[in-house]
Amino acid sequence: MHELGVVFHIIDSIEEVAKENEVSHVSKVVLEVGEVSAIVNDYLEDCWNWAVKKHPIMTDCKLEIRDIPAITFCEDCKQTYETVKYGKTCPYCQSGHTYLVQGNEANIKEIEVE
Amino acid sequence: MSTIRVIEVKQSIFADNDKTAAAMRQELKERGIYLLNLMSSPGSGKTTTLKRTIAALKDEYKIGVMEADIDSDVDALAISETGAKAIQLHTMGMCHMDAAMTRQGFDQLIDNEIELAILENIGNLVCPAEFDTGAVKNAMILSVPEGHDKPLKYPLMFQVCDVVLINKMDVLPVFDFDLEKCTEYIHMRNPNAVVIPICAKTGEGMDAWYDWLRDQIKEWRS
Repeated sequence: MHELGVVFHIIDSIEEVAKENEVSHVSKVVLEVGEVSAIVNDYLEDCWNWAVKKHPIMTDCKLEIRDIPAITFCEDCKQTYETVKYGKTCPYCQSGHTYLVQGNEANIKEIEVE
Repeated sequence: MSTIRVIEVKQSIFADNDKTAAAMRQELKERGIYLLNLMSSPGSGKTTTLKRTIAALKDEYKIGVMEADIDSDVDALAISETGAKAIQLHTMGMCHMDAAMTRQGFDQLIDNEIELAILENIGNLVCPAEFDTGAVKNAMILSVPEGHDKPLKYPLMFQVCDVVLINKMDVLPVFDFDLEKCTEYIHMRNPNAVVIPICAKTGEGMDAWYDWLRDQIKEWRS
């Protein structure tokens, strides 16, 4: 349910960028969303479609989400593995000394404007 | 005909929230106000813990509380009975507090006398962990009936918290709660987290929590 809050934050940031660049309309927003970022794409899109209607500069603005897979690195055996499948414990050496390399991103990559 | 061009933004979705939060912390530092963000599941004992904490510390600090809920004002009423200044914030359905919402509440709460401000966040172990509220530190309460495996299931919450209060220690004998394991799981997520077992109902262990708060406030205001 925090997707709505996330959408409000995106819109605030984009309105600021639009103002700085003297943009009249934003037609598309590209996000990078990590697999373990706790953002559910479907919910985000629903909230998006509802929220952009209330912002004249973004009416009918499309949302494109690029998924980033989650990868974890093991400090003991120096291998990487899929985070979602194995979690914090390395599947090769069972070590818990691991950290996330990528996958918790929540970035606004670019916007298409007129 | 309009032309379409692309602007590279390359910023975190949370960038504007982080900016608001950082500005808030800066102001808190300048004004010598300590703001604590208190998080937990619903029913873990946030309000009971706060009431006892206020009773114990109200002669040392002027305390103000922001109660964030989706609806109702039962918590703010409970807190105002303690004599502390309390305001109720409604998130209108939203599952967390962010920096801008905290800022609004803070402006209503703060007069020049408040020294310790506490934000009682929405009862939820997921979303509040995602948003920096601008508080000086994050605290959370995990109660015994919830189980010792919660740090494994909600890793981000435990990662962002500076102190974890394990509440309802009085019911430990009737639950399969392993305090040692729980502490180990918390430290797997956050090696620096301070873990304090308490019982907000009986007062057991609360002195260690008050001391943690006193040290924090002293350090922040120095």
